[in-house]
Amino acid sequence: MDVARNQVERAVLEAPDIGRALTRIAHEILERTKGGKDILLLGIPTRGAVLARRLAEKIEQVEGLTPRVGTLDVTMYRDDLRLKPARALGRTELPGDGVDDRIVVLVDDVLYSGRTVRAALDALNDVGRPRAVQLAVLVDRGHRELPIRADYVGKNLPTSRSETVKVFAEEIDGRDAVLLIKGGGG
Amino acid sequence: MRRHLISAADLTREDALLILDTADELARVSERSIKKLPTLRGRTVVNLFFEDSTRTRISFEAAAKRLSADVINFSAKGSSVSKGESLKDTALTLEAMGADAVVIRHSASGAPHRLSNWVRGSVVNAGDGTHEHPTQALLDAFTMRRRLGSLEGRCVTIVGDILHSRVARSNVLLLSTLGAKVTLVAPPTLLPVAVDSWPCEVSYDFDEVLPKTDVVMMLRVQRERMNAAYFPTEREYSRRYGLDRERLARMPQDAIVMHPGPMIRGMEIAAEVADSARSTIVEQVANGVTVRMAVLYLLLGGSEPAIGKETE
Repeated sequence: MDVARNQVERAVLEAPDIGRALTRIAHEILERTKGGKDILLLGIPTRGAVLARRLAEKIEQVEGLTPRVGTLDVTMYRDDLRLKPARALGRTELPGDGVDDRIVVLVDDVLYSGRTVRAALDALNDVGRPRAVQLAVLVDRGHRELPIRADYVGKNLPTSRSETVKVFAEEIDGRDAVLLIKGGGG
Repeated sequence: MRRHLISAADLTREDALLILDTADELARVSERSIKKLPTLRGRTVVNLFFEDSTRTRISFEAAAKRLSADVINFSAKGSSVSKGESLKDTALTLEAMGADAVVIRHSASGAPHRLSNWVRGSVVNAGDGTHEHPTQALLDAFTMRRRLGSLEGRCVTIVGDILHSRVARSNVLLLSTLGAKVTLVAPPTLLPVAVDSWPCEVSYDFDEVLPKTDVVMMLRVQRERMNAAYFPTEREYSRRYGLDRERLARMPQDAIVMHPGPMIRGMEIAAEVADSARSTIVEQVANGVTVRMAVLYLLLGGSEPAIGKETE
């Protein structure tokens, strides 16, 4: 009860901000990959998958090419599986021609400890050999526990470990927003 | 807290759907070139088979290996069991080896339940006597769902030796949990006495239920468990309860034919039916590995099992 009352929510990004951040990332991806011909956007379920699809649309609007999109579930590769009861799996959906020789751009909503990305790199290793792997995130909240960094960042958000960052996506939650929750615990 | 999969009745609707959904995702792993996940690294799964069953054992073995678990196969033949060791002493031996899960097949109904009181790991029933075979029911439900979509309101007819069939019992329990309507068809001599209390209907006339059947599951007549004459002749059994081309033609166009194997062609099922496009018999084998992966993952993958019945 007390925890709930002390909880303070602050919207860090609203829908238009998220749209602009994704547009900028789309441009950066195109720039960095010299036109994005060989890219494969792989979203990490569930919200990363949504963001990957949106990035693909943006890239299509800008460059006129339709990039390959897919999803990569990392649950079975996580290093914290034994800390919680076994959880339901997300979907892995790869394009028919696989990941070999593609420039894979992993897409996730929040970059925090880096452990999800490590799991994604392991998962990727089991499905093929990309030419390069890059990382795009909507929010980088710091506190890395592994030597991992993002290539494309929507917003760098300094946080304390006691805070929670929550990403809402229209397709799943009915609205677009990034909230910073203080005192929520975890 | 310990959790086991001993009876299909242990599974709530949510549990069952979680297993089937997990299996749906794991099925994609079987299509990859590297068919292995690191999830159960360092865990030990013991296959404890007191009854010969090569297909079930290799199915569990493949499932555990695809999740990177260590597998120890313990078959009763040529082991200390044939020298007179009791189930309890065998269990204590496994316990000392640090088994995280024990997959048990036993000719005595109830053996997995007893075992679950003696070992710390999860017990998975791989068939006990004429009692239950829950992972077979799960793979059957998974196969039906892949072919037909949801099982809600679907009519499943199970035909044959219900009396000796653990597959039938597990299927009746699981399918009713999932909302399907089950009808058992068998000669009266091959139905268990307590069938009235099962959540299903009973018919003695195969031809009558055919037109409203979405799934027909044929069971083998288990000669090895029969010590009396349950029907006059094989020919008569085959004529009344066998699935041939004419009977198949009287079922709805999209109805499917299942068999848990091993089947006897010409007895309960005609060869041309078994090999037809509507038969899922080969699919069932592939799905068996996938579903058993899902069960092992949900029992062993986390800090505590996500499905099954609690003890203690």
